[in-house]
Amino acid sequence: MALTAKEVAWVAHLARIELSEEMAGRMAGQLSQVLDYIAQLNEADTSETPPMSHAGGLSNVFREDAPGMSLPREEALRNAPESAEGFFRVPRVIE
Amino acid sequence: MPYEAVIGAEVHAELATLTKLFCGCSTAFGAPPNTQTCPVCLGMPGVLPVMNRLAFEHALKVALALNCHVDPVTFFDRKNYYYPDLPKNYQISQNHRNLGRNGHLDLPVEGRSLRVGIWNVHLEEDAGKLLHPESGQSDSLVDLNRAGTPLLEIVSAPDMRAPAEIDAFMRALRNILLYTGVSDCKMQEGRLRFEPSISLRPAGQKEYGARIEIKNVGSISAVVKAVEYEIQRQTRALDSGERLTPETRLWDDRLGRTVSMRRKETSADYRYFPEPDLVEIRVDETWKARIRAELPELPVPRRLRLQQQLNLGPYEAGVLTDDRALADYFESAVAAGKASPKAVANWVINDVLRILNERQISPVAFPIPPDRLAALAALVETGVIGQPTGRSVLDDMLATGEPPEEIVRKKGLAQISDESAIIAIVDRVLAAQPQVVADWKAGKKAAFNALIGPVMRETKGKANPQVVRQLLEKRLAEQ
Repeated sequence: MALTAKEVAWVAHLARIELSEEMAGRMAGQLSQVLDYIAQLNEADTSETPPMSHAGGLSNVFREDAPGMSLPREEALRNAPESAEGFFRVPRVIE
Repeated sequence: MPYEAVIGAEVHAELATLTKLFCGCSTAFGAPPNTQTCPVCLGMPGVLPVMNRLAFEHALKVALALNCHVDPVTFFDRKNYYYPDLPKNYQISQNHRNLGRNGHLDLPVEGRSLRVGIWNVHLEEDAGKLLHPESGQSDSLVDLNRAGTPLLEIVSAPDMRAPAEIDAFMRALRNILLYTGVSDCKMQEGRLRFEPSISLRPAGQKEYGARIEIKNVGSISAVVKAVEYEIQRQTRALDSGERLTPETRLWDDRLGRTVSMRRKETSADYRYFPEPDLVEIRVDETWKARIRAELPELPVPRRLRLQQQLNLGPYEAGVLTDDRALADYFESAVAAGKASPKAVANWVINDVLRILNERQISPVAFPIPPDRLAALAALVETGVIGQPTGRSVLDDMLATGEPPEEIVRKKGLAQISDESAIIAIVDRVLAAQPQVVADWKAGKKAAFNALIGPVMRETKGKANPQVVRQLLEKRLAEQ
């Protein structure tokens, strides 16, 4: 499966990763190899295998609607590069 | 060229739970920013979401109320996108196996019934809230209190053709959410959001035109205005030969128009895949049956029943069933068996509703018990008191908490229907007004009304007006 540099650039954009053109080209080759390796799975006959969404085999795990503990605000904001007036502060997202 | 509008809607309702969808943080509205978060809803590494049972059952209830097919197995997916209101960089939602699909909602529009398809009903987590302080500044502020709040998404089929139809759809759907108690539907707090989509096609054409989705509409009336605006805008564009492309537009309520927002990313860009941190949910027939049994009688069937069973008009039945608590109040009053359903309906619609609005209270908090309102309606219906007196008795009931019969007795408000008492007064009035009587005899029919006033005055307004008319006519004829 041959990925193009353009496809890699698009996925990088979706993931908000900055990639140089040179890097995108190199990643295209490497990612194609990874995909080819995974593609060996396609050789297995799955015509009789029901689709599955989870490997754990459990179902219907719930919690009751009972309040638990929230973090103090200082704790919640501690990892944020920037905060202001109790808010997380981020680069402006609309004009 | 005449065009046909094709209208659909995406609906989001925050569900009425105490806690978030996957963690125990509170969902209360209006708390100071970022005081209702924890490692799960902040998207910290290594945490595990656990599904809130009540939220899931609320969603299941709506799916069943909207006649959806509910598959025996449902699971959740990750919807991947980067935006600062979404701390995990993915939203846990449903895409491959929605909780409910292929349902429908029948709603009354302008005297006929319209069936609107429901493509799917699914459960997801809400995002946080972004603030953009002042234009020109270089930052945005993020409040994650709302992040992870259980959110129900309902997607309709594009089955509506006119603004009045989407208006009826929104009202009917909101009523179902309120009747089933799954959401408080407070639109001003953003807890219920409608996003209409509109496309136009030449009348008679089968293929749909370019789908325009509208966001940022804060009320039902704003949605209707936005849809009306879009139909006009697209008509003008198509008439002038413009080619429309699918896009998302923002409604500007102040200017009353929509503005272009951003290129619509195709759904493949979200790279949905099954959420590995949640297990699948099996919904068996027993579970469905229990939830179905919990469903109340829904607004539209209830409205039709009131029309048929109690012989109410569509308008009256519509107003009464618009609010479940009001309909309950009305039906208890009718069940008291004292007054006719029609008379009780008039009291509820004209007076109870007015008082509820004045006091800004819900029918549950209305201080007069339903059987007492029925008793008041009966006093007027049987002619013991007149309608205007009834109104003042209602005021007294509100002020004193006394039953209506007691107030009528204490204040001596009962109408005089006794003919012998009234006839004496009629004779006195006729004797005192010879000129008016002469006018009447000369053919001036209006003179009759000039005789009623003095009789009513003599009885301090308590004479039954119908009896007064009858007796006056009788006595004048004898003269």
